[in-house]
Amino acid sequence: MNAILRKLTATTILAGGIVAAAAGAQAEPTAEVLHYWTSGGEAKAVKALKEDFEAHGGKWVDAPVAGGGGDAQAAVLRSRVLSGNPPTAVQIKGPNIQEWAETGALANLDKVANEEGWDKVLPPLLQKIVKYDGHYVAVPVNIHRVDWIWANPKVLAKVGAGVPTSWDEFNETAEKLKAAGITPLAHGGQPWQDATIFETVVLGIGGADFFNKAFVERDVDTLKSDTMKKVFDEMRKIRGYVDPDFPGRDWNLATGMVMRGEAAMQIMGDWAKGEFLAAGKKPGVDFVCAPTPSDHGYILNSDSFAMFNVQGDDQKAGQDLLAKLILGEKFQETFNLYKGSIPARIGVPRDKFDDCAVKSMDDLKVASDNNTLVGSMAHEISTAGAIRGAILDVVTEHFNSDMSSDEAVVRLAEAVELAL
Amino acid sequence: MADVAQLPGSRSPWHMALRFGLYFLLCVFAVYYLLPLFVVLSTAFKDLDEIRSGTLLSLPAELNVDAWSFAWSEACVGVSCEGLQPYFWNSVQMAIPAVLISSFLGALTGYALTKFRFKGANVVFAMILFGCFIPFQVVLLPMAQTLGWLHMANTIPGLVLVHIMAGLPFTTLFFRNYYVNIPDDLVKAATIDGAGFFTIFWKIILPLSPPIIVVTIIWQFTQIWNDFLFGASFTTGGGQPVTVALNNVVNTTTGVKRYNVDMAAALIAAAPTLLVYVLAGRYFVRGLTAGSVKG
Amino acid sequence: MSSIAIGQTKQDQKTSMMDKVKDWLRWNTSKLVVAPSFALVLVFVYGFIAWTGYTSFTKSKMLPIYSFEGLYQYIRLWKLPPWHVAIENLVIFGGLFIIVSIVLGCLLAILLDQRIRGEGILRTIYLYPMAISFIVTGTAWKWILNPGLGIENLMHGLGWTSFEFSWLVDPDMAVYTLVIAGVWQASGFVMAMFLAALRGVDQEIIKAAYLDGASISRIYLVIILPTLRPVFLSSFVILSHLAIKSFDLVVALTGGGPGYSSTLPANFMYEMTFRRNQIGLGAASAIMMLATVMAIIVPYLYSELREKKHG
Repeated sequence: MNAILRKLTATTILAGGIVAAAAGAQAEPTAEVLHYWTSGGEAKAVKALKEDFEAHGGKWVDAPVAGGGGDAQAAVLRSRVLSGNPPTAVQIKGPNIQEWAETGALANLDKVANEEGWDKVLPPLLQKIVKYDGHYVAVPVNIHRVDWIWANPKVLAKVGAGVPTSWDEFNETAEKLKAAGITPLAHGGQPWQDATIFETVVLGIGGADFFNKAFVERDVDTLKSDTMKKVFDEMRKIRGYVDPDFPGRDWNLATGMVMRGEAAMQIMGDWAKGEFLAAGKKPGVDFVCAPTPSDHGYILNSDSFAMFNVQGDDQKAGQDLLAKLILGEKFQETFNLYKGSIPARIGVPRDKFDDCAVKSMDDLKVASDNNTLVGSMAHEISTAGAIRGAILDVVTEHFNSDMSSDEAVVRLAEAVELAL
Repeated sequence: MADVAQLPGSRSPWHMALRFGLYFLLCVFAVYYLLPLFVVLSTAFKDLDEIRSGTLLSLPAELNVDAWSFAWSEACVGVSCEGLQPYFWNSVQMAIPAVLISSFLGALTGYALTKFRFKGANVVFAMILFGCFIPFQVVLLPMAQTLGWLHMANTIPGLVLVHIMAGLPFTTLFFRNYYVNIPDDLVKAATIDGAGFFTIFWKIILPLSPPIIVVTIIWQFTQIWNDFLFGASFTTGGGQPVTVALNNVVNTTTGVKRYNVDMAAALIAAAPTLLVYVLAGRYFVRGLTAGSVKG
Repeated sequence: MSSIAIGQTKQDQKTSMMDKVKDWLRWNTSKLVVAPSFALVLVFVYGFIAWTGYTSFTKSKMLPIYSFEGLYQYIRLWKLPPWHVAIENLVIFGGLFIIVSIVLGCLLAILLDQRIRGEGILRTIYLYPMAISFIVTGTAWKWILNPGLGIENLMHGLGWTSFEFSWLVDPDMAVYTLVIAGVWQASGFVMAMFLAALRGVDQEIIKAAYLDGASISRIYLVIILPTLRPVFLSSFVILSHLAIKSFDLVVALTGGGPGYSSTLPANFMYEMTFRRNQIGLGAASAIMMLATVMAIIVPYLYSELREKKHG
């Protein structure tokens, strides 16, 4: 009897010792990463992060949720948090970070931020996005520019046109293309894509202050203004420049149309560049990039990873390691080369980036100095989920019906007020 | 059998024309039902050039099976490229216990509610039945929280529990409506012989049940195997069922969209339920005949 | 041996005591057996409905919060144009889906019931869509209905250039494409139920009617169809709950578009709850859906369970 007891005790102590040792050594930083980067360049980019993380001794648990730019991910994230078992790191952005932080679900990253000097290397606009109440709760990965035109120069040359530099010129070129039997604009009829075009037109016709008044301050008079009516007038014209089969088309299929010369242009963020590059197309030869017409404007979109409150030292170590790697210069370079975006931090060498990316970096600086830098509404940087959704409802309904601009602005103001 | 054709006077020319029209109509409908499957199948056997150049309904020039093996063991879901294989086994591990447990519970409940009707049995049945009709989105969030409390979040047993709960009202309905039509005298006679509750269930009721067991198992297997909403909401990464993985494969592109792989993957994900319907379809109709719709 | 009447001897009385104990055991076993299932349903159906119901009276956004706010979310809900579109779509889609599925299912069952050669194969063909989820066939349906790729393109290729079939991309018609695909999936199941019931119709009555000189169509209309009333009713109930639950269908086929012209309430609820961080509003829409279901189901359950004295 005693022998058995002794044996038992010994085993218990031994087992306890092993557990303690495992916990104490923090042997393996672990990160379960919930993301929706599954297409083309995105998948390559996230693979680069995984490999970097593993090279530093981490264990990467991949949790991809494909589809709908994060629609499906939003459901699984909510259910994981409610079940008290959140993933280590989650790809969320903009005001969603603030809303999650408000619920107390996010971890504090100040320790890593201080060690790595994030305050010095991050542009102020990004700091505002990833900080809650003065503390870092998320890590920005990149900066995307939304207001781009991607054009096929050979197709434009057929009607003797270049990439338009004003919206009037855009309309002229489009009419010429249409007369020549070419689809002027490749577009996918999904609400977020309609909204992407819409916000570039808002910036182009209204300017940055107008953009912020409408989408950040949600000022009713601005939403109902004559300028907004002009924006909807232009949207109506643009509706005439897309092919009839556009509803429901994915953005990368629209990009494919420009690649193959079936359409002349696409208005899309610079993740579209990743598709061109993944298909082996050369910038400047097979495709060209130019900002959509505006007065030195720049619509910023930024992906980021929020770190959730997790149990276990291995996961906490994983968060710290991941956060550190994500903003490291080396990773910022490899990742953004794949993704088509530009680094989120200052001080990454430019030489490997192509002309489009360099232009994005230069324009970002100019826009930042001129106060013409705005956060994207369509991609949830300046506008939170509910209001963004309300705006999308009106924009997409206007785009898909014969609603007048007068009615559209009234509906817009109503929808925004109702969503508050 | 409402077999009018067997009645006298059915050999006239007018009748022959009618028969012809009948077959024609049936074939037209068959085309409507087969069209999507045909598109999926023929695309899965084409190579990419053929898909690009051919039309939707053209047959593949030769049977190209590359897409199938690629979808099974190489296609990428996010950063891991193991194909559908691991997720397929997840679905098997999820579906089999969930189907068996929910069917067994349904049979037992249906039996108790019909053959030993206690006071309020009808109310209990109506309340269980109502569960058939709730939209599953309604239970998503509280379910997530409950799974957390039970420490079953993001696990296959957790999904099994969810499917048992979602399926129980249906299985109870099927068995209860079937057992209502079994004469009570059978049970009474056995009772007088001294047989207990479970003895009667095993020795008398279950041997009479195969038709409805087939219907229930087919129904449950289809529902559970095809579920996307629960799988997508309650699991991530390696624990996902095949439907969710399929969605991820279809949305994971590297450069070109490989439609043939997408379609092959779709068929792999659908194969078990298709097989069940093709092999056991006749028993399904027979089981329905045996009483489940009459209730 | 088992025909013992009321006990008269001492021995008999003992047996009947034993029987009473056994009886009592049996009835309580019955209750005990039902209890776990019932408990599961109480928690997972009614408990969760109550939870959702309560949430619909709060201002829950990102995560559920539990301070009572009255009808706030319901008032907002009914002011939202997309909700009205979703409800209208449900009426259009649900109505057509139910009617067409029942008519088609019943028709196919009658046709198949005419001693058809190859009935087994045809039945399988009609039934198999029930086995496949729209996650699987969604892409194929999108291609078939897409004017640039599918039927329209095919007809143009065959030389019929004036043929037009662009419902998928037409905001006024997109909801009807949902009917096409929905009927495709569900009508086979309805067919199976009708076929099963037709096989149960008494052959003698039909023969008698035929010999009396009734035509085939009259036999079906006057004699057979009325006996199928329960099947019509069960089909109606099953189809209406499928219609209200429809979610995958929209996601796979139209994504709710063009615009939000083809959204259904289930999609609206999902969008609000998970995408727009409006849990309270989502819960309110879920409760409205539930109310719709109850309006259909409760009278049915009531009549079903009252009608049968032993049921």
